[in-house]
Amino acid sequence: MNRILIVAEHDGSHLNAATAKCVSCAMQVPDAQVDVVVLGSAAVAAQAATLAGVAQVVQVENPANDSQLAAVLAPQIAALVREGYTHVFGPSTTFGKDLMPRVAALLDAPQLSDIMAVESARRFRRPIYAGNVILTVEVEADEQVIVATVRTASFAEVPRDGSASMIVSTLQVALPSHTRFVSMTKANTDRPDLQTAATVVSGGRALGSAEQFKLIEQLAATLGAAVGASRAAVDAGYAPNELQVGQTGKIISPQLYIAVGISGAIQHMTGIKDAKTIVAINKDADAPIFESADLGLVGDLFSILPELTQRLSSR
Amino acid sequence: MAINRILVGIKRVVDYNVRVRPKADGSGVMTEGAKMSINPFDEIALEEALRIKERGQATEVIVVGIGPSDAQAQLRTALAMGADRAVLVQVEVPLEPLDGARVLHQLIVREQPQLVMLGKQAIDDDNNQTGQMLAALWDRPQATFASKVDIDGDVVRVMREVDAGLQTIDVDLPAVITVDLRLNEPRYVKLPDIMKAKKKLLEVLTLEALGITPRHRIHAVRHDAPTPRQKGVLVPDVATLLAELANRGLV
Repeated sequence: MNRILIVAEHDGSHLNAATAKCVSCAMQVPDAQVDVVVLGSAAVAAQAATLAGVAQVVQVENPANDSQLAAVLAPQIAALVREGYTHVFGPSTTFGKDLMPRVAALLDAPQLSDIMAVESARRFRRPIYAGNVILTVEVEADEQVIVATVRTASFAEVPRDGSASMIVSTLQVALPSHTRFVSMTKANTDRPDLQTAATVVSGGRALGSAEQFKLIEQLAATLGAAVGASRAAVDAGYAPNELQVGQTGKIISPQLYIAVGISGAIQHMTGIKDAKTIVAINKDADAPIFESADLGLVGDLFSILPELTQRLSSR
Repeated sequence: MAINRILVGIKRVVDYNVRVRPKADGSGVMTEGAKMSINPFDEIALEEALRIKERGQATEVIVVGIGPSDAQAQLRTALAMGADRAVLVQVEVPLEPLDGARVLHQLIVREQPQLVMLGKQAIDDDNNQTGQMLAALWDRPQATFASKVDIDGDVVRVMREVDAGLQTIDVDLPAVITVDLRLNEPRYVKLPDIMKAKKKLLEVLTLEALGITPRHRIHAVRHDAPTPRQKGVLVPDVATLLAELANRGLV
């Protein structure tokens, strides 16, 4: 019997969709009971309890957890895992990447980062070299606990029609005070979230300026889509970093991805290879992005974008 | 009061411009003859440490590597960039991240730095684990994905690039900081500095000397090329594009 603990990601009031994807990954481990730990409010725990396939939600309430700092959360998670879990999974988001290795070190357990496929309870697949190589790894049989981060773009969300049991844990763990939250500057929240949006419109360096990047935003608004950007566009200052899509930004899997003025460098493609449909608009017919695009349109983005936006809004 | 010394991790990796492919038999990746470089994120960590020292906020920058004898070349480059001295812990078989963190922890015990700076991840195994593991073993704060670092006495204010935007945290020293791309642009090495670097101390240690027996708990089973996406079709104009998208139920 495998007992898998999933660390829920949330913002204090809402469960992040990444958690439902981690559950989906954990459900592929044979002979497993899947539990979720919510280091947060009862409201978030109640949302986690609706995730199909989850047996039990453990809620740990402590004001020290309000800022979700890795140094504060990790000892609590490690203490829970020691109660008899064989696996502990977190999402491969900045939250999970920050937190899970700290948990692994406290448990003296090996960690697998970015798992994209489950082959057995000990054997998983993960990308290395920016996705140029897919590595199959197996953890030694005598290891008690396996820690992993889950590449969320590789797994669908489980439905929210479950009814897991809920318990409140009274963990007694000494917590550090050496790390303190100061502030958070949030991205523009009027638009759909880049990581969960069904449609994403991304712009590259060819947009030429932050002013002209608004053409991307206008198309996205018409489609109800999230806005993304290539690393080149971010480095040039056309778009903020949190919109960056790719190996060094966000890894996403929308139904529709529209790449405008993006050449298709490997590090960008790594971030979108799980998109269902990729549309590429570029003036260079030899741009590598056309090799991976389902639909390609060669032409000047400064005439194509307004036409696309105008035709869509007049529908 | 300045920080006594900053320890910076320097990993030797296949240069980021090299397109790496798996070997035909899946036993590994083709790296023979490939250009090797300092992991780009580690270079950013070193640049930041040097700037902290140049502002008078630290007295010494030590670069440390874990790798084969050839990794001395990357440590020499780091010395040419301006680090004061180097330590290589020589290993022939790559260590798993937790063992790498154990090695760095032993070097901390030896050197007693107040700040450790690492890249957020290495671009070969893409693990993004070592800094956080080191902070846990050391029982000290971690500030990952750093895009701004301000030292004020014995507190460091770090701006972090997280999925939702920019988070700012304060950490007490000693601490571990792992850096992201936008923290700075590393300097170029000048020829006279390369000559000067040859005279700087580069110490080579063994795992035994640090009392560490490596564990190999994660086995590589197979290396595969990623499944390529099917090449699609070109459409002639916007109207056709919209018709295709409508056919697929996407708009």
